[in-house]
Amino acid sequence: MAENGSGNYSGNSSGSGSGFVREVAHRIFAAEFKESNLQSKEGHDQYSPSYLITPTGAKCNRVFIVGTLTEKEDVGTDAEFWRGRIVDPTGAFFVTAGQYQPEAAQVLAKTTPPEFIAVIGKPTTYTTKEGNVLTSIRAESMQIVDAATRDRWVVDCAKLTMARLEKLKGSEPDVVKAREHYSTDVQSYRAMVAQALESVRMK
Amino acid sequence: MSDIATKIVARFSELGIKVQPEEVETKLDQLINKFKVPPEEARRNVINHFLKQNNIPRTEFFEKRETSQVKASEIKEDGRWVTLRGKVVQLWETNHESVSQTGLLGDESGTIKFTKWTKAGLPQVEEGKSYLFKNVVTSEYQGQFRVSLTKTSEIVPIDEDVEVGRTLVEYSGAIVDIQSGSGLIKRCPECNRALVKGACGEHGKVEGIYDLRVKAVMDDGEKVQDILLNREVTEALVGITLEQAKDMATEALDQAVVLDAIKSKLVGRYFIVSGAKLDRFILVDTIRQDTTPIDQDIMKLLSIAAPLAQEA
Repeated sequence: MAENGSGNYSGNSSGSGSGFVREVAHRIFAAEFKESNLQSKEGHDQYSPSYLITPTGAKCNRVFIVGTLTEKEDVGTDAEFWRGRIVDPTGAFFVTAGQYQPEAAQVLAKTTPPEFIAVIGKPTTYTTKEGNVLTSIRAESMQIVDAATRDRWVVDCAKLTMARLEKLKGSEPDVVKAREHYSTDVQSYRAMVAQALESVRMK
Repeated sequence: MSDIATKIVARFSELGIKVQPEEVETKLDQLINKFKVPPEEARRNVINHFLKQNNIPRTEFFEKRETSQVKASEIKEDGRWVTLRGKVVQLWETNHESVSQTGLLGDESGTIKFTKWTKAGLPQVEEGKSYLFKNVVTSEYQGQFRVSLTKTSEIVPIDEDVEVGRTLVEYSGAIVDIQSGSGLIKRCPECNRALVKGACGEHGKVEGIYDLRVKAVMDDGEKVQDILLNREVTEALVGITLEQAKDMATEALDQAVVLDAIKSKLVGRYFIVSGAKLDRFILVDTIRQDTTPIDQDIMKLLSIAAPLAQEA
C-alpha cells in the first residue's frame, strides 16, 4: 500500500514546474522576429513573465541572436541609451541597451561596426501611433564573436525554426494561438530558412 | 487493519510490553473508519499512544527495522528507508545549526546528496572514507533525490574503499550567461566557501584565498544547463592563470576585469562540455569550442526546407 502510494507520488512530482526555472533563449531569424506582435502573459500579477509568440510558435521571454552590427547610435538624452542594428541573412534586428544594461551598453559603445555580435536579451514590442507594432531586443548581454560562430548560429536557428514549423501542425495551446493569430504561411518560412542556409553554404 | 494491529502488538511484545490487541484494534477502527484517517497515519498515532503510555523513546521502537541495501542511482522514490554502502565524496559547509554534516555520498552507481541532522546525534563522517549508512530516508527536492541521516540511522565504518562511479554527461549549446560569483574570487580558508564582500557566511571577515572559477549558463534553444568550471578548466579555456588574474585585478584595482575578460571569450559562443552531473550543474571536466563542421547540417536542413532547390 505504502509502496504504491509513494510510487505514484514520485511519478507526479517529476514533471511539475515548481521553483524558478530560467527561460530558454530562443533562436529567431530577423524576418520572423519583425513579424511578431502577439503578446502573452502568464498569470496576472506584475511579476508573471510576459512572452512574445512568433509566427512559427516560439514563445519567447528571451532570445539569442548572432549577426552583423551595421549601425549604432546613442539616442539617450540624460543617460546613455544605445541602439544598434544587427543584420542576419533574413533581415535586421533592433537591439537596445540603456543604463539598466550597463555591460551590454558598454560593449555596444566600444564596438565599431561592422562587427559580428552575439546578443542575449528580452524581446520587447512598441506600438506606434499608427498602430504598427515594432519589435526590438533589450540586451542582457552582448559580445563580439567570430564569423564561425555567426555561421553556426544561422544553422542552429534554421534547425530550431524547422523544428517549430513541424510542431506548428500540432495542437499545443501556444502553437494554436500562433496559427490562429498569424495564419502562418509555412511555405514562406521554409523559403526564409532555405535562403538563410544558402547564404552560409560552402561555395 | 487487523494486520496492522497484529504487527503493532508483535513489535511491542518484542520490547517486552503487553498491549491489548482489542484496544489497538478499537483505536485503529475509530481513526480509520470513523474519522477517515489514512491507515499509515492511524498506525503512527496508535504506536505513539502506546509509546507514551509506556515511556519508550520513539527511536527504540523503530530502531530494529532493517532496510534493504540499494545503490545511489536506484533511489527514485520519496520517503523510502534504505541502506547505502558508499564513500563520502565531498563534505560541504552546513549553513544551519540543525544540520551537522552535509555533502555527497558515492557508490559504484553514482552519487547522491546527504544531510545528517544534528538531532540525530550520529558520529562525524570523514571525506574519502567509506561507510555503511543504515536506515537512511530518501527525499526529493525539485526532481533531485537526497538522503537524510536521522535518529534511527546508523553509520558503520567499513574497511574497503568504495569505488565511486561517475555518470558522465555531454551537453552542447551556446553559453548565454556568466553568473555572479565567477572569475577571480576569494574563498574562506576554513570552509572553502566563496566569500561575499570579503566575508564568509559562516566565519565572518576572513583573509580569503584567491581562486578562479566560472558559473555559466548554457542553452541549446530548448533547455538550459548550468555548468561549473573549476580553476584548472577555467585557466585552460580562458588562457588566464590564477596568477595572471591576480595581476590583472591589482593593476585595474578591480576584480571585475577578470570577469569581463572571461565574458568576452565565452558569451555568445558554442561549446561542447562533458562532466559529472551534480544537482542542476554539470561539473565540467572538458570544455571545447564547438567546431563540428556545419556543412552536413546545412545540406540536410536544405533538403527539408527547399526540396526542389536541391540541384541549384
